[in-house]
Amino acid sequence: MTVAIVLNVLVQGVLTGLVYGLMALGLSVIFGIVRVVNFAHGEFAVVAMYATWLLFVTLGLDPLISLLPIAIVFFGIGYLLQATLVNRFVGRAEHEQFILLVGLGIIIVNGLLMIFGPDARPANLSYSFDSYMIGPVIVDKARVFAAAGALVVSAALVAFFRYTATGTAIRACADNLTGAAVVGLNVKRLYALTFGLGLACVGAAGALMVTIADASPALSQAFTLLAFVIVIIGGLGSMAGALIGGVLIGVSEALASFFLAPSMKSMFSFALLVLILVLRPQGLMGRRA
Amino acid sequence: MKRLWDPIPLRGRVVLVALLAALLIAPAVLDRYLISIFVLIFYFTLVGQAWNLMMGYAGQLSLGHALYAGLGGYVAALLWFYFGIGPWLGVIPAIAVAMAFGAAIGWLGFRFGIEGVYFALLTIAFAEFTRIAFDNMAFTGGAGGLFLLYEPKRAHEWWNLRGGPLLFYYLSLALACGATALTAWLARSRLGYQWVAIREDQRAAMALGIDVFRAKMIAVLISAAMTAVGGVMLAFYYNSLFPAQAFDISRSIEMILGPVVGGLGTVFGPIVGAFILTPLGEGLIAVTDKLGIGVPGVKAVFYGLTLMIIISLRPDGVWPWLKRLIGLEAA
Amino acid sequence: MSALLKVEGVSKRFRGLVAVDRVSFEVVEGAIFAVIGPNGAGKTTLFNLIAGDFPTDGGAMTFAGDPLDGLTPDQVCRRGIARTYQIVRPFPALSVEDNVIVGALMRLADVDAARSRAHEVLRQLDLYDKRQRRASSLTLPDRKRLEVARALATGPKLLLLDEVMAGLRPTETDRMVAVLREINRATGMTILLIEHVMRAVMALASHVLVLHHGAAIAEGPPEAVVRDPAVIESYLGVETV
Repeated sequence: MTVAIVLNVLVQGVLTGLVYGLMALGLSVIFGIVRVVNFAHGEFAVVAMYATWLLFVTLGLDPLISLLPIAIVFFGIGYLLQATLVNRFVGRAEHEQFILLVGLGIIIVNGLLMIFGPDARPANLSYSFDSYMIGPVIVDKARVFAAAGALVVSAALVAFFRYTATGTAIRACADNLTGAAVVGLNVKRLYALTFGLGLACVGAAGALMVTIADASPALSQAFTLLAFVIVIIGGLGSMAGALIGGVLIGVSEALASFFLAPSMKSMFSFALLVLILVLRPQGLMGRRA
Repeated sequence: MKRLWDPIPLRGRVVLVALLAALLIAPAVLDRYLISIFVLIFYFTLVGQAWNLMMGYAGQLSLGHALYAGLGGYVAALLWFYFGIGPWLGVIPAIAVAMAFGAAIGWLGFRFGIEGVYFALLTIAFAEFTRIAFDNMAFTGGAGGLFLLYEPKRAHEWWNLRGGPLLFYYLSLALACGATALTAWLARSRLGYQWVAIREDQRAAMALGIDVFRAKMIAVLISAAMTAVGGVMLAFYYNSLFPAQAFDISRSIEMILGPVVGGLGTVFGPIVGAFILTPLGEGLIAVTDKLGIGVPGVKAVFYGLTLMIIISLRPDGVWPWLKRLIGLEAA
Repeated sequence: MSALLKVEGVSKRFRGLVAVDRVSFEVVEGAIFAVIGPNGAGKTTLFNLIAGDFPTDGGAMTFAGDPLDGLTPDQVCRRGIARTYQIVRPFPALSVEDNVIVGALMRLADVDAARSRAHEVLRQLDLYDKRQRRASSLTLPDRKRLEVARALATGPKLLLLDEVMAGLRPTETDRMVAVLREINRATGMTILLIEHVMRAVMALASHVLVLHHGAAIAEGPPEAVVRDPAVIESYLGVETV
């Protein structure tokens, strides 16, 4: 019986963790390639959650469907943001980039607060309370869909970077910026594409998140920190690392919520972050610089 | 003292003395609301200077400074709450605890070469960890908060930091002046030169014989101590403490706004920043409330916009520009 | 004269590449000692080993009789070895004067005393008039001079100069040679320099070590070294002779 409960908690953690992983993948792409610290990352995820929620309550669109338009719109936002503003901060001091994006994050989260108020906005999907029984394990249907969605989007991103010319060019920029510029790659445009892709990931993750959590401005900062913690634990620049880190954090949160208290769920994430920074700064899957 | 005074041009000295005199007599004409705004300005000057020493001078990006203010406030408040030990005495253990945490963070960060954003995340991790711990500890009041009883019959006990707005006005003014003097003195000391050398180029600093680890540790310790003092004052000013507020990352960000807007690595930047931001932010709330369009978040949106504009257009802050404008730039 | 710096069989490998290969030499007190060799010969790596930037893979180094191995760069500097970087690293946002004050504060605790010392050094290197300028606004030759001034201000017993003449015009080179020679003469400061500008090497050095592929291939007085067939073949080429 207890084994079954722990198994339930574990599976739940893994599924949530995959969505976290997708969110962190977006950050990993931005942080790892453009080398800009996107401290408004979680804020964007929450904007996507609100957009998904709006589409659901007004048009009845399922989050798994609204994921696609949201990801496309977020790609556009990311592209424009990088092209107009963030590109000017590439190569500037880290704290300057950081302050720019913290400022943006503050505007977003408080903008949401002004528009939607502080209350959480749940989306009551038809399958919100459905579940599958696999042996003794009960799995939420919504979570399974969300995790599957996260895996599909992640796979698409990996395929883009591996099999398209643009993807290869972007990876070249990450490996050797001067070299990429010398061979005539338009680095600024590639950076804008990258930021756009990063935001598309976070947009998709936000849409999926609606199936497992209620939209609320208060989530923003927690998501930003979560994404950074996952990226560092998984290893900067490693796509597999982001997903593995996400699962690890998802599981640790689920276990801590269950065995200790829900309010203590992220304590272990931060403890894990400190350990990784000290013992393995390149992250679990990262290469040593 | 001479070292602090000498580098300021005559015009600057006049302005400085006049400003200080004005602030000393100002409470005579200020109402309760305005006094409360000045207390905030002085508080943000104090903690801004503390953060400025670490980031502006030593170049170490800390985003967990709420930790030191929160710990300072909690330690002093708990000593008063449980044992009746007044804050003038309680501030000492409060500083000690904050410095111990600062030492732990600094040691981990500097010994293991955690730098830049990674160091910032380390400081956030400690602050968040502590916030969650305090949320779940009964003797600190947990998430429900810790309240200090305000008894009107003890309102004269200034020696226990029990008193009205005037007491806190002068206390915070003194602390802000003290923090500024300390910053000015350190900036012109050997340590100050070592800090800016480390900020500019750590390897070159090392090649000039600077013990980088030691210099950075001292920066964290001083900064943590100063911030803890601010936390103690604020705890007794508001008479309440909540982990979700005391240790929240938004508290840390509030502290860095002043120095960033005013000018990092300058003595007067944090003051200028605090004097610009606090009145504007509070004024914005007052105006929107009067117009009936007041919604929570207005002030924060304004702060966010200010940050983005300043860092885009004037990343060195307002003070260096202002200094030239009013002709205080030393020739 | 006793050896101030003694390097015995020092090696350094990077991922299988042998950058410095069992190099031994001695620098006597008061000497001006030059290390020459083609690009990639391991000269800068040798400097970095002496300065404590990274540990050696074998061999031993002593300075004034004490072992240098295992010291960090700041400890090496406090022992009395100051260095410049081939790619200059001034503190960009600081004034020229403040750059040098940082160096002077290595031995002096008082900032005013350090400022006087800095002024002295700045005069020696013709930078006094530019002392209020931001270091980032200087031209490359001035930055090289600033790099030397900053190292000198620490009051070293041994000065390591990594290609401080590179990029200087001939007149500027002559001036730098004169300054270094004067410092050496007046204070007896020992100088170990890496240099490509042979004209400066011939004018300054009393002793030359030639590195090639990480190994020492010749050593001796400059006049003898430039006639060494191995040196001509590997480094100097025919036209210099």
